[in-house]
Amino acid sequence: MITQARSTLLFTTPIVKGFIQAKKGRQRRRAINFFWLGITGVVTVLALVPLFWIIGYVAVKGAPAINLAFFTELPQGMGSASGGVLNAIEGTVLLTVLSGLFAIPPGLLAAFYAVYHPNTWLGIALRFGADVLSGVPSIVIGLFGYALVVKPAGHFSALAGSIALAVLMLPIIIRTAEEMIKLVPKNLRAGALALGSPEWRAALQVTLPAAISGIMTGFLLGLARVSGETAPLLFTSLGNDRFEIGRLVQAGFRSGQSFPEILYNIIQQPVDSLPLTLYKYTQQPFPAQIQQAWGVALVLIVLILMFNIAARYWVSRQAAKNRG
Amino acid sequence: MTLIAGASLLVVALMLAIGGLLIQDSTGARQVFGWSFLLPNLGSTWNPVTGQFQGWSFIYGTLVTSLVAILIALPMSLGIAIFLAELSPGWLRAPLGTLIELLAAIPSVVYGLWGIFVFLPAVVVRAGAFLSETLGKIPLLQVVFMGQIPSSGASRLAAGLILAIMIIPTITAVSRDVFRAIPMAQREASLALGATQWETITRVLIPYGLSGILGAAILGLGRAVGETMAVTMVIGNSLQGSYSLLLPGYTMSSVIANEFAEAVSTLHSEALIEVALILFGFTLILNGIARLLVWKIGSRTVEEARA
Repeated sequence: MITQARSTLLFTTPIVKGFIQAKKGRQRRRAINFFWLGITGVVTVLALVPLFWIIGYVAVKGAPAINLAFFTELPQGMGSASGGVLNAIEGTVLLTVLSGLFAIPPGLLAAFYAVYHPNTWLGIALRFGADVLSGVPSIVIGLFGYALVVKPAGHFSALAGSIALAVLMLPIIIRTAEEMIKLVPKNLRAGALALGSPEWRAALQVTLPAAISGIMTGFLLGLARVSGETAPLLFTSLGNDRFEIGRLVQAGFRSGQSFPEILYNIIQQPVDSLPLTLYKYTQQPFPAQIQQAWGVALVLIVLILMFNIAARYWVSRQAAKNRG
Repeated sequence: MTLIAGASLLVVALMLAIGGLLIQDSTGARQVFGWSFLLPNLGSTWNPVTGQFQGWSFIYGTLVTSLVAILIALPMSLGIAIFLAELSPGWLRAPLGTLIELLAAIPSVVYGLWGIFVFLPAVVVRAGAFLSETLGKIPLLQVVFMGQIPSSGASRLAAGLILAIMIIPTITAVSRDVFRAIPMAQREASLALGATQWETITRVLIPYGLSGILGAAILGLGRAVGETMAVTMVIGNSLQGSYSLLLPGYTMSSVIANEFAEAVSTLHSEALIEVALILFGFTLILNGIARLLVWKIGSRTVEEARA
């Protein structure tokens, strides 16, 4: 009430004056109106200029770098135009998948907790914690990964990198999943509980399927975010231009290792990723590496656009389901 | 039940562990340098060889680049948010919103790459030359606009401009939601009294949503403060003592990115972790204020909608 009265007062004075003023004043107010409304349209267009500039420029400069070797060969050393970035592609896939595995299960569980127990101390601490985590700079998360994994283990690894990325992804997963679980009608869960289903079963078999499309969006946005991140990897996965999963698997089989041992060996290696390679290549004076950096940028943008388009598809599916 | 409580505890523990590890791992540097690490001092030293570390030049770099970013991004984002929430025809709203959000999806390193090879030579070098010709001649402003921008364009100004582009989607998205949360009756009342649409926006909607808009701005500032890769690639990473926007500098995040992997001594890495601790504190405070402000407008609108 008070705010409404105040905002009324705020503009009645000028309006009264406006009536007293002659036609000239009305024209002036109209002109000001059109001018500023026009400006909002202009800045909207202006803000889109960098988007198209970046995407267009990356597409034009990056396309010539893309060929079969780009996807299938390891780097041939600095200054060499041949070779590719297979190590970085495999590293990105490995890091993204691993960080998803680390972040999605606890993120989803925590989201259920946030929805079902919003007012307990843990519920409040959880939402506060997720807020804090989402604001922590990615470079600080990188240092955290270093202190938590690299320093005790004594070496850089894909494991350390994916743990850092998982910390980055966790709040995104929690927030989206929380929103989506909240939207599921309470009656569904109440019905399941009334039929004698235990709480975990109601969550897993009733609420989760009802919200799954929306939750998928959160996963995809989280994966999109981490697949483009560089800063958390600088001191955790470090980089490795000889990394090749196929070779590691072959070597493992030859020396008679079991499958879990091979897997363990892979995640203990330092790895490169596409953004990390891009960053390193721009630090080089060699035109061949700059050329490849544009190619990497193109692959990254396409990858992230695909994640975003897929995320939007799942959102629209969830919206359709909530309506039906 | 225990499982979901455990997962929640993990999140809380992570938050505490990040702060705790930063505090613990910076103990040595904090003991040696004390508060002098934070003091504003143009001649602050950062010398890994002699083991003298002071953080002011990085703190200044972070503050000034974020300030440039917010000064440019806030008015633009407000304009975009007004356009999206109040003016845009319905069919244009969703695609335009999506495009603005895509600006946030482009990886930081891609901004950096585009910055180095395209944006800096085409825009920043010219803007820098213009600023040093004009504002660089005015006595007081000289401090921040003195010197010649390097031919590469690498400077604090470049970092600030790139950051502005990067935080526009954050501020736009939050303030657009703030505008949308304002009850229709507010607009109708104002328009019925004969106010133009622009008068309604500036005298009714903006005052009504002010705390939310401030929250959006601070959230954007928090993003700018923490941004690493794009800034590291365009700021020039230089320790020369100056306050000029037109010269290369360093930010807190860019010095960590640049030096931590090659830290020459324990004290050096501890000093870098102390920089990270300050950065963490900055973003913690900014996010706290922003959440409080955004949350306030959200809860108020809900109450009024019920009443």
